[in-house]
Order: sequence, then C-alpha cells, then structure tokens
Amino acid sequence: MIDNKLIELVNITKRYGGSTVIDDLNLYIRENEFLTLLGPSGCGKTTTLRIIGGFESPDEGKVLFDGKDITKLPPNERQLNTVFQKYALFTHMTIADNIAFGLKIKKKSKQYIKDKIKYALKLVNLDGYENRMPDSLSGGQQQRIAIARAIVNEPKVLLLDEPLGALDLKLRQDMQYELIRLKNELGITFVYVTHDQEEALTMSDTIMVMNQGYIQQIGSPEDIYNEPENAFVADFIGESNILSATMVKDRLVNILGVNFICVDEGFGQDTPVDVVIRPEDIDLVDPKDGYLTGRVTSLIFKGVHYEMEVMAGGFEWLVHSTDMAPVGTEVGIRVDPFDIQIMHKPASEDEAAPVQEPESW
Amino acid sequence: MKKKNTVLLSTPYGLWILGFTVIPLLMILYYGLTGRDGALTFENIVLIATEENLKALWLSIRLSLLSTLLCLVIAYPLAMILRNTKFQSNRFMVMLFIMPMWMNSLLRIIAWQNILERKGVLNTLLELLHLPALNIINTPAAIVLGMVYDFLPFMILPLYNTLVKIDENVINAAHDLGANNFYTFTKIIFPLSIPGVISGITMVFVPSLTTFVISDILGGSKVLLIGNIIEQQFQKLNNWHSGSGLSLVLMIFVLISMALVGKYDKGERSAGVW
Repeated sequence: MIDNKLIELVNITKRYGGSTVIDDLNLYIRENEFLTLLGPSGCGKTTTLRIIGGFESPDEGKVLFDGKDITKLPPNERQLNTVFQKYALFTHMTIADNIAFGLKIKKKSKQYIKDKIKYALKLVNLDGYENRMPDSLSGGQQQRIAIARAIVNEPKVLLLDEPLGALDLKLRQDMQYELIRLKNELGITFVYVTHDQEEALTMSDTIMVMNQGYIQQIGSPEDIYNEPENAFVADFIGESNILSATMVKDRLVNILGVNFICVDEGFGQDTPVDVVIRPEDIDLVDPKDGYLTGRVTSLIFKGVHYEMEVMAGGFEWLVHSTDMAPVGTEVGIRVDPFDIQIMHKPASEDEAAPVQEPESW
Repeated sequence: MKKKNTVLLSTPYGLWILGFTVIPLLMILYYGLTGRDGALTFENIVLIATEENLKALWLSIRLSLLSTLLCLVIAYPLAMILRNTKFQSNRFMVMLFIMPMWMNSLLRIIAWQNILERKGVLNTLLELLHLPALNIINTPAAIVLGMVYDFLPFMILPLYNTLVKIDENVINAAHDLGANNFYTFTKIIFPLSIPGVISGITMVFVPSLTTFVISDILGGSKVLLIGNIIEQQFQKLNNWHSGSGLSLVLMIFVLISMALVGKYDKGERSAGVW
C-alpha cells in the first residue's frame, strides 16, 4: 500500500441548528485504501462522507484532496463519485443511459461510452442489461448499476453510503465479496459508511469508529476488535464483557477482587480502568483451576458455538465456547493474559458503552 | 364471499357513475344529435361553424393556452422553491397558496371585478399614486388574469407533489456525476416532474376552456368564450339541443388536447391530484 494521503480532513466541525454533529475531526485517507466509517446512527459518519463528497460544507475546517483545498468545490467538480444508500438511479432512463450519464457530461465519444457501459456491466455481472429500466431490476441489481454508474467515471475515490443497507442478509454478504473484488480490480480508494460492524470487519483495510461526532478509534479490523481503546468501541464491535477494574501495577489488573495477569503497561498504579474480555476468550475450567468460580445461568445453542451466561464474582459473564456446560454447573473462569484488554475509563459520554435499556420493569 | 363483498361495496359507485356520468352524457348526446322535433340531425354540431361561434372557440382555446402557460411559468419556480426549502412550515406554505381554493369561486371572481373596475380598487390606488388608470376590465386580459388566479392552485399542487417526491439523492447523484445545476434540471428534475406538469396542464386548461363565469364577470358581455355561447343556448335561448351540440364539440376538443398532452406522459406513474 502506498502511504500517500489522498484525502485529508483537517479540523472539520459541522453543526445543524444548535447541535454539533462533527466536532474537530481530523482524518486522512491513503491512496488505494478501503476505509470504513463505522458507528451507530447519528454518529456523524454519513455527514463526514457527505462533506468529502461535497454535499455538505463544513462549518469549520478544510478538506484536502491530493494536497489541494477542495472545501469550497461543488460535488460536480470533485474527482470522486458516490454510491448512495437507496441507489438513486435515474428511473426515467435506461440502464445504459444511467451509466452513460457522467461520461456524456465529460463529452466522451459514442464508441468510448458504449465500450465503457459494456465493461462496467460485465464488471458488476449484469451483461446485457443495457436497455432495461431501473424499476425492473431487483434491489441488489440496482445497487450494482449504481456502482457501475459511479466507476465508469474512473474516480480516484469511491464514496459508499451504506450501499448494502437495503439488501437482505445473503445478498449483503455476496455483495461484500463483490465490493472487495471490485476494489482490488479497479485499484481505487473506497470510503465506506456503515453501521454494521461485521461488514466493516470483513471488508476494510482501516476502520474509523465514530460516536457522537467524535472519532473513537482508527485502526485495522484486528486492532479495533482485539484492542479497543475504550468501552464504546469494545461494546460496539462484537460482543464483549466490559468490567470496571483496577490496574494494580504494570501487567497486573484486579478484576472483581481477583488479580489477573495481563500484558498492558503504562496505566500507573492502582488506577481505575475498564477491562474488556471477549466472550470467546473466556475458558471455562474445573472450579478448582479457575481465577473466579461461578455457576452457569443460561445456555443457548448458536450453531457455531454455545452462548452461556455465567454468574461469577457478582458479574454476569458472557461466554462463547464450542464446549457446553449445562445450566447450574459450577465452573471456573480463566482468561489468558493477552486476552485481557485494558482501557482508560471513558473521559466523556461518547467514549462510554451505551447504557443498556432495562428489559422489563 | 370476498368477491360478493367487492360487488356490494362497489354498487353505490356504480350507481353514481351511471346516474351522474353515463346518463347525463347520453342525454347530452341525445339532445346534441336531435332537433326540437326529435329527429336525428347534425345541425347542432355544425352550429360551431358559424362565424361567431368559431371566433368564440378560437378565443377560448387561445386564452386557455395562455393562462395554462402562465400558471406553469408561475407555479414551477414556486414549486421548486417550496421543494428546496426545508422549512417545517413547508406544508403550511403550500396550504397558503392553495387556500384561495377554499373560498367560493364566484366570490373570488367578483372580487377581481371590484378590483379591476374603471372606478375600482386598483384604479383608485393608481390615482392616489398619480399613475395612469389601467382599464383591462371587460378585455381578454382580465379574463386571463381571472383564469390564472382561479386555477393556479391546480397547477401548484400536482407540481409540488411530484417535485417533492424526487429523492434528494437522485439530484445529488446527478451533481456527483458531474452535472451542473442547469444540466441536472433539464436532464433529471424536469423529466421526473413531467407527470405533475401534465396533471397541472390538464387541470388548468380544461376548466379554462369551458369556463363561462370568469368570462361573464370579468369580460362583461363584450368578450364571448365558447362557454358563454353554450350558457346562452341553455339559459337565454332555452335551446337544449344546440347547447348540447356545442358541448359535444367542446368535449371533443378537451379529449384531443388531453390526448396530445398525454402523449408526452409515458404513463409510468400517475402523479399529483389525479
């Protein structure tokens, strides 16, 4: 991967009415990167994308493209194209005319346009659809056309705003592979917005997790999953046990009154921290071998694994395991040192895991 | 069972159509194609060919076309503005423009008569400002003004309804693909609004073509439209046969104009008030 910063957002702030949607955001996107903006609805991810696309202008800050300031440039003069959530095809035009739209504006020759349409339809596996109308296509096909319509313009960057959001699960998974293949074949930069963490983990080179207008963490899917920087990221990406704990000293953390060996350093001594332990990283062992002992309170078969809840040390642990322990079994809990992820206590509301709504009154 | 219910439910509507559409049409057809003696004749149809009647029809067509065009020119930018403003009061704004429709149509036209009269509101105001008086009452201009005022809401509503339904992202997509505002309008927004344009044109042109109240009040008895001629046949001359015959001719013109307009609608989506 070339380490060239293609797009840079500098100190971007965006407000709607009284509320700040994005607060002093800094971000760069490297050439040929698959960057995913991930977060719950209202976190500012779509607004960020729309600022890059030129559909929104930031109240403060700059957007740089290849080093040039494009903050004031309208969308039609930017070298990037967008795939919209609900396809946004031109329903009064044939598929061919839809795809040709951008090329006609660029005054390309008839033959060039014809070849491009053919090439693009082949690329998205819809050869021969030139003369169909968008309404006669399924949702998945329409989204492929929207992608084709964007990529024929050979943009340097393709912006995708929850493009798979309206598709059903199976189709979404297929399209994820399609998108990865497309990106590799075309060699262009993808900026992808989604609220689906699995989608983000599957496709991205880099994930930027956002909440309440702030960047929570930027990193590779592995980093984000294995080493979340705060409770919000840990909670949002995958399932997790998030516990309040005390960092006794380097590489030793006290969880629920028991000292666990971990690998983290530099948090100081006797510092309150948050600890995240993934459900699949918990080993259920014989009670006499466990750091903590408890009792299984629920057992659900999930296909790939069993999901169990274990009450131990006053905390309900979520455990994923291919081995099962029936409800009521006395078990011991062990966690390997490198499976314990230490995080600073949330410094602000946006870094905290959302409070679970009580299930019943 | 289900079918029986459908039949039962649709019966009142069937009776309605029969009583208020089919039978009146047949009656007009009967009167139009018969003389006072009850014998079949085309006299009443051919009546349109008299110089006075042809003049009235031709004037009706021209004034209706003009008022339809004016309504379109006034309403389209307004509908675009209403579409683009993200006010919460958007619906309310549309309502304000539509509201005159809630007032009695005759009353509104009489109001215009008072405004436009030689010694009316407008000329009194002009006089106060030492401006020359405007004497358009009893001219085609006054009639067109009345038509535009009266039928403008029928243009705004369908236009606004189609324009507001165009997905913002479709317009964004056009910009995204390099289109400037003008290109986006001509290639995307206007084509997508055609169903609304057609609805609007039909809803303004047809009542304009057949009106007699507006021309009666704002045109005095100086400007005769085909609607006035038909009215005279019924009211003054008490000749149902010739009145019906002229009505048939007018209906044919309406049908032709609707067919012409409809040719540009691919019939993919019906819009607006229809």
